[in-house]
Amino acid sequence: MTKHIDRLSRLAIVSCCLLLAQAAAANKTIELPAETAQLRPSTLPGYSIASQKCGICHSADYILYQPPGMTLAQWTAEVKKMQHAYGAPIDENEIEALSEYLAAVYGDASRKPDARP
Amino acid sequence: MAKSDLAPGPMTSTVSLGRRRFVQGVGLLGAMGIPLVGSAAAGDIGQDIAVAAGPRHLVQYPGKRPLIRLSTRPPQLETPFAVFNEGPITANDAFFVRYHLANIPLSIDTQTYRVAVKGAVKTPLSLSLADLKGLGDPHEVVAVNQCSGNSRGFSSPRVFGGQSANGAMGNARWLGVPLRKVLEKAGVAGAAKHVTFNGLDTPVLPGTPDFRKSLEIEHALSAEPLLAWSMNGEDIPFLNGYPLKLIVPGYFGTYWVKHLSEIEVLDHDFEGHDAFFMTTGYRIPDNECNCVPPGTAPKAMRPITILPVRSFITSVRNGDVLKAATPIELKGIAFDGGSGIKRVDVSLDGGRSWRAAQLAASLGNFSFRQWRLPVRFERRGPATLQVRASNQKGEVQPERADWNPSGYRRHAIESTTVTIS
Repeated sequence: MTKHIDRLSRLAIVSCCLLLAQAAAANKTIELPAETAQLRPSTLPGYSIASQKCGICHSADYILYQPPGMTLAQWTAEVKKMQHAYGAPIDENEIEALSEYLAAVYGDASRKPDARP
Repeated sequence: MAKSDLAPGPMTSTVSLGRRRFVQGVGLLGAMGIPLVGSAAAGDIGQDIAVAAGPRHLVQYPGKRPLIRLSTRPPQLETPFAVFNEGPITANDAFFVRYHLANIPLSIDTQTYRVAVKGAVKTPLSLSLADLKGLGDPHEVVAVNQCSGNSRGFSSPRVFGGQSANGAMGNARWLGVPLRKVLEKAGVAGAAKHVTFNGLDTPVLPGTPDFRKSLEIEHALSAEPLLAWSMNGEDIPFLNGYPLKLIVPGYFGTYWVKHLSEIEVLDHDFEGHDAFFMTTGYRIPDNECNCVPPGTAPKAMRPITILPVRSFITSVRNGDVLKAATPIELKGIAFDGGSGIKRVDVSLDGGRSWRAAQLAASLGNFSFRQWRLPVRFERRGPATLQVRASNQKGEVQPERADWNPSGYRRHAIESTTVTIS
């Protein structure tokens, strides 16, 4: 009995392998490196909004690698572009906080001595 | 200082270059016989471009050598500039990667892969790769694929977007079937105006426009656009659009749709939500210079299209230290949107005087054209090297970079600052 099952399972394994080999002939598959970049933590209310919303469509390094020194007005325009042009689910009442966080942490506000964290 | 001179093999730069020294022991240029005393190899990973929270890193993706990461999701990878000194063809594993939408295909079955041809055609088609290969003799073109935002990181004032240095471009030998053969097989309706192209990548959210591009019908039916399945004699790398990519010689990379899956002929303008990357994105000021005063908004915009004439020095990089009183061969590349390179001039004195470089054999008007110029620096100290290309249409690279809100189509004369020692 045990022998019979062994033989059956061996047969199953072999057929599986054959099927996989066939699929591999026509299939090309890739695996992307892990996403490791993270937004810089802050006590500003926009940080949690950014953590929830921005990452839906892009990695944090897309933000990290933007030019330094962009103004609050520029970051606000960028947030609105994400909302209007790309359909990001950002509520109207979140725009100000989100833009303030981005400008404070990645923009010109981050270079002022009195900048909030 | 490392006395590399003409010594073979990798060289470790020990010149003090401050924060530029991110990469150790990259001595590609030294190994190629350029008498470098020191090399600013870090410029290669774009560290000369300031970002909000860097530094950027080299990262290895499937089918790729380590490339500069501009964003992880969607993947955007830039080619380290030293690659362009390896020859006129950019290796597949070094070719830049630029996706727009985060849902990219990770597995493709070429047995079931189909390209739909639909819309204003007599016979809608669903073509397999074998069908495409059976449409006639394959056609080959060597053509530059340059991202619209190549060099965006040098835009002044800075603008949002992928902050590329000069490596969001590449030149390859593409093999495939002319688009017009496919359109002829389907039978284009007389009222056809545009042809749209879509690939397998999709947006994460329904509110995000799909990435679709369009060409005018006359262009689509011309000899140039190609549906390519081969790049430099191999399958197209997965991240560059395997197994089928739209090649639009002379046009910016935004039109070169990856993982091409749908071709639709329109008898009306391309409009609506999924026309975003034609009607809103990838547009430049609709005036003669395609530019506006920095920081201002253009009155009218039009889609970006043809590559302006451009050139680079590839054998010497910013911050390099070159030997005085020694013969040195400067090398580089020039290209344009298809009229062909007419001449390349090089200045060793910041643009005061110019000398004609020797052009290498042409691989076709859409290709990188290599150039070389033997020089010898007599005076020690700083020197500013420049290269200026002209094309067969009489266009010459401008002295200064202009500006547009998206940081597209930079093509001004580039300067390379070196020290003669």
